[in-house]
Amino acid sequence: MAKTKVVVDPITRIEGHLRIEAQADNGKVSDAWACSTQFRGIEIIMEGRDPRDAWAYTQRICGVCTVVHAVASCRAVEDALGIRIPPNANTIRNLVHGMQFVQDHVIHFYHLHALDWVDVVSALKADPAATAKIAASISPWPNNSPSYFREVQERVKTFVGSGQLGIFTNGYWGHPAYKLPPEVNLLAVAHYLEALDWQRDVIRLHTIFGGKNPHPNFLVGGMASAINLDGTATINAAKLTEIQAMIARAQRFVEQVYWPDLVAIAGFYKEWASIGGGTGNYLAVGEFPDTDIRDVNSLYLPRGIVMNKDLSKALPYDQEKVTESIYSSWYDYDEGPKATLHPYKGETKPHYTGPQPPWQFLQDETKYTWMKAPRYDGHPMEVGPLARMLVAYASGHKDVKAIVGDTLKALNVGPAALFSTLGRTAARGMETVLLARRMNVWFDDLVARIKGGDVTTFNGKTWEPSTWPKTARGYGALDAPRGALGHWVEITDGKIARYQCVVPTTWNASPRDDKGVVGPYEAALTDNHPLLKPDQPIEILRTVHSFDPCNACGVHVLDADGDTVTEVRVQ
Amino acid sequence: MLTPTTHAWSEDEALGGYLGRRGINRRDFLEFCGQMAAVLGLSSLAVPRIAAAMESLRRPSVIWLQLQECTGCVESAIRTADPTIGNLLLDVVSLDFMDTLMAASGTAAEGALETARKENAGKYLLVVTGSVPTGENGIYTMIGGRTARSLLEETAKDAAAVIAVGACAHWGSVQASKPNPTGAVGVSDIVRDKPVLNIAGCPPIAEVITATVVHFLTFGRLPAVDADGRPLFAYGNRIHDQCPRRAHYDAGQFVDTFDDAAARQGWCLYEVGCKGPATFSPCPIFMWNGHTDFPIGAGHPCIGCTERNFWDTMSPFYHRLPNVAGVGVEHTADILGAALAVGAAAGIAAHAAATGIYQIRSRHTDSGSPSPNATGREDSHGEN
Repeated sequence: MAKTKVVVDPITRIEGHLRIEAQADNGKVSDAWACSTQFRGIEIIMEGRDPRDAWAYTQRICGVCTVVHAVASCRAVEDALGIRIPPNANTIRNLVHGMQFVQDHVIHFYHLHALDWVDVVSALKADPAATAKIAASISPWPNNSPSYFREVQERVKTFVGSGQLGIFTNGYWGHPAYKLPPEVNLLAVAHYLEALDWQRDVIRLHTIFGGKNPHPNFLVGGMASAINLDGTATINAAKLTEIQAMIARAQRFVEQVYWPDLVAIAGFYKEWASIGGGTGNYLAVGEFPDTDIRDVNSLYLPRGIVMNKDLSKALPYDQEKVTESIYSSWYDYDEGPKATLHPYKGETKPHYTGPQPPWQFLQDETKYTWMKAPRYDGHPMEVGPLARMLVAYASGHKDVKAIVGDTLKALNVGPAALFSTLGRTAARGMETVLLARRMNVWFDDLVARIKGGDVTTFNGKTWEPSTWPKTARGYGALDAPRGALGHWVEITDGKIARYQCVVPTTWNASPRDDKGVVGPYEAALTDNHPLLKPDQPIEILRTVHSFDPCNACGVHVLDADGDTVTEVRVQ
Repeated sequence: MLTPTTHAWSEDEALGGYLGRRGINRRDFLEFCGQMAAVLGLSSLAVPRIAAAMESLRRPSVIWLQLQECTGCVESAIRTADPTIGNLLLDVVSLDFMDTLMAASGTAAEGALETARKENAGKYLLVVTGSVPTGENGIYTMIGGRTARSLLEETAKDAAAVIAVGACAHWGSVQASKPNPTGAVGVSDIVRDKPVLNIAGCPPIAEVITATVVHFLTFGRLPAVDADGRPLFAYGNRIHDQCPRRAHYDAGQFVDTFDDAAARQGWCLYEVGCKGPATFSPCPIFMWNGHTDFPIGAGHPCIGCTERNFWDTMSPFYHRLPNVAGVGVEHTADILGAALAVGAAAGIAAHAAATGIYQIRSRHTDSGSPSPNATGREDSHGEN
């Protein structure tokens, strides 16, 4: 059979604009191209601005992971100016970032990823009593009566019967790749709706500490939400109680709904544990410091590298080994298209050479994306929940080893199953369980410190630019829900002279590099990857969604004038 | 959650009858209408009118385009509490296209858009998030192999109304800030042949988005707006005039530095850069995330994100605004906006003339469906 050219554009249920091109060959994907189709140029906009404002601009790189760029930016500026934030501020950031992880991962599972596995229309055929039985067998979650599931089913039936399918229009309903029995589909649809309500509630933790969500407020030097137990407009016992209750509701939903659903659904798709693995190299910069990001050993999720699926050891991460290629990207390098540059020496000169719109195919083009190709020691690296879980596992992390072991046992698969589309989706769930639990520890820390009389949330010693050196440089590392993130800032005469980010989706959606080596999406899509019906590319969506793409994040890298060295300090 | 029924909503049935069969009693329905009236700042006398309008409708088609953006506005919209996003999706509108939530991808997604556009020509509500990059022939944002601009132009053509949600769709926002590398512009710079309503903010509050949609469905026209196209029901007042910390401003009680004794008393943030005195926004009234709080309430100064060009005009964010003495509650966005445009609050009075409120009115097409039509300026309000 001849090879078929496949284009999936827009890829929906992601953040940003992504196009996947592929070649289908006898029911398999034989080649793939990840094309990022949006460019904004945030870094060039940063030049000349007040570094204390940088968190707000870079935060707008992404409104889904709305915390991560802001905190990475604060860390970079704090590193440059030698600011250590008060322990309370670090804990509050952990809580805010922790809830970002938990809420974002749950939304990803139900609202962005689930429809790849769950056939909404099939849920109409379910026996609600049987669904109730399944629900009760896997979880103590109280919404598990036959009448509850009947009500949900009737609601969906009414909706479908109206003939106006809204967001479910043209879904791949009935596709043979859907394997769940109607009863499990109904369970997932019920929780799709419940998760919509849940996410609105728990994210209010951001509003208490940051005033709003999306895009809560942050502050270089700490956090702006003052603590005063006797104040009416401050963090007081009433607000702490609300926060504690939100953490409890977040944890309960994760443990009683998300995680049992994920394990139950995974059981029907075990063949996806040998599909979509990809590069086999994993990178984590680690996250959630106990007191300060400089204390790398105190990170709850550790920093490190796993190469070639070797879980016997985690190698140290050294940011000096990061380079970027623009061989396949719409940029120029002074030294020519085959050069690879460390981010310190990064150049970003956008130069679109693709076809004039509308496009037919980009796969015959040498350059086909706005995404650069980051490499670590010359290798493409996957970042994100799976990378973090594997690095932690290889580092001997107690909590991670326990949950990975339990999950593999529950699904009756070996560790090799982790290197797959299913492994990626499962790792996201494991991480969510661990972080939802961990939030209680951070909350207790905060309360204990307040009890001990420490209410400080801001270190203002070097707030005024008059106290700054003439030039300063800093690096902010953060592991975001979608993976390893770095911000680099150079400050001259109180203003931003240079700003650069290397972002999770740039790693994962990387195109081919100067040696023709494909990036993680591309590698995963050609790793034992089925594609039954090229016009209904549900299998491609499964694997791409398992990475949780965030394309606005990935494509923005544009430094000030593109040719000067930026040196940074790295912990 | 609404109580379901085995009976589908039929073509010829009004919402009222349909809800009745679904076990939604009149009281629950009117309560929902009452919440909407409150959100829209209408008196309770408007409740029967809202109810009547809602009852007569089939779920109207909404097409949501996401252009050059960060998806924060969609994230904000799904936080809506009254109505919930579940109710909105299943019961109130038919969201026929939206990248972030829709099941279909690729050609199937494009097909859904095409069908919705054709079947509801002249009737659908177009919601847009994100700016339109105009540099390099628009290739900085490509969707389905075509430019954001061409997608917007084609989809706007047959829309009953266009709502630009968020700062990017409003005026371009962060990517349109100096030096605007991609030539990003707002929706109203591209769609010139019909009124574009701007729901300002980065992002806007969820319920402002929802209430605007409901206003359109209820009254068959978009709400009255200021000179920048922002609905008055949400953007008619300055944050400063509704701020719970205003008394501290009047009493001269200011936070000098974050986490000082004044900050721990919740005093005014003006001295640490609050842009509330120059910002027209409903934050202190609507509040965020189910009335939980708003930025100033959580101790951080307002950065002015509902104002055009705020990334350039309101920054550095931690610098005190120029003297705002004498600006009172009677001043409108149009006066202050004009003053900020020349970069000096001292010029406020001089620009008082540059005002006017657009009233976007409806007209009825032959099919009887509502379609707004700009009729130009109406009387400006107040003393302008």
